[in-house]
Amino acid sequence: MSRGGRYWVLAVGIAAVGGALAWAFLSMPGFGGGFHPYRDAAVAAALRHSTANVVSSVNFDQRGFDTLGEETILLASVVGVAVLLRPLPGERHRHGRQGGHVLGTTRMLVVVAVPLTLVLGIDVVAHGAVTPGGGFQGGVVAATALHLIYVGDRYRVFARLRPIGLFEQAEAAGVVAYAAVGVAGLAFGGSWLANILPHGTLARLVSAGTVPLLNAAVGLAVAGSVVVLLSHFLDQRFLSPPPGTRHAPGDGTQP
Amino acid sequence: MNILITVALTLVLAGAAVVVFTPVPSRQAVVLSVYGILLAALFMALQAPDVALSQVAVGAAVVPLIVMLAIRKIDSLRAARRRQR
Repeated sequence: MSRGGRYWVLAVGIAAVGGALAWAFLSMPGFGGGFHPYRDAAVAAALRHSTANVVSSVNFDQRGFDTLGEETILLASVVGVAVLLRPLPGERHRHGRQGGHVLGTTRMLVVVAVPLTLVLGIDVVAHGAVTPGGGFQGGVVAATALHLIYVGDRYRVFARLRPIGLFEQAEAAGVVAYAAVGVAGLAFGGSWLANILPHGTLARLVSAGTVPLLNAAVGLAVAGSVVVLLSHFLDQRFLSPPPGTRHAPGDGTQP
Repeated sequence: MNILITVALTLVLAGAAVVVFTPVPSRQAVVLSVYGILLAALFMALQAPDVALSQVAVGAAVVPLIVMLAIRKIDSLRAARRRQR
């Protein structure tokens, strides 16, 4: 298609989406108004199951099936990255330090920040049913803690602390654990992901029935996913380019 | 509260413009990280702390890192091709 033709197709698309958005926004209730039918229904349902964090109640109790879908998307995208970022024929692993100078203060900051970040991540996962956050946020924070070691220019320490096979298994185990809680709900509660456990007292660490369990499963899966995902990108940095890179796959730029 | 939302929204708009008009992709990744934090501030102003946490973790840390690593890879491939000629 010619360049002008493509711009016309783009203009039609932008006009159609823009018109639909304007139409949708104009018939929405006003900003900051008091009319919230979904909030009223969701908060009442969360309180019935003693879940202080209503967002967690929506994600892991009322609409738990959607979260399983999201987890599966994450798993699929990590598998996709693993397939795309495998070494090209002729690429070799370069080891050892190369280039770059890391300040002593940066290293010291990393030593202080790594344990703090790890504990913060676990804390966010554990309190998912009570305070803002949950399995997804906490999992990403915990995975970030590990990558701070890389920022401190300790790639070898980092690589040793990151047995990638273990994280791949953790990712899979998290998804399986989530589905297992769903099946348990089907077996003992009559519906998929039914909140079968005792709900406990509102705002206690162990409350809200299955919500903390599902948070832990998601935390495991997300921490594993992020570590595996970044490991593939980091490995690319330590690959020397193949001898003939004229038509390297994945490099769509014109010479 | 409305003033806070207006300020946060304005900062997000300005940040987005800076990201779009930053010419060098590797610098763009750093600006994108700052923009992610501005977006998190907007979510906090809109009383959505869960979303703000996700935004800080993913939008301000993981995504810019992935972009940086991808840019490095492309640069090293280009350099290798230049050496070859």
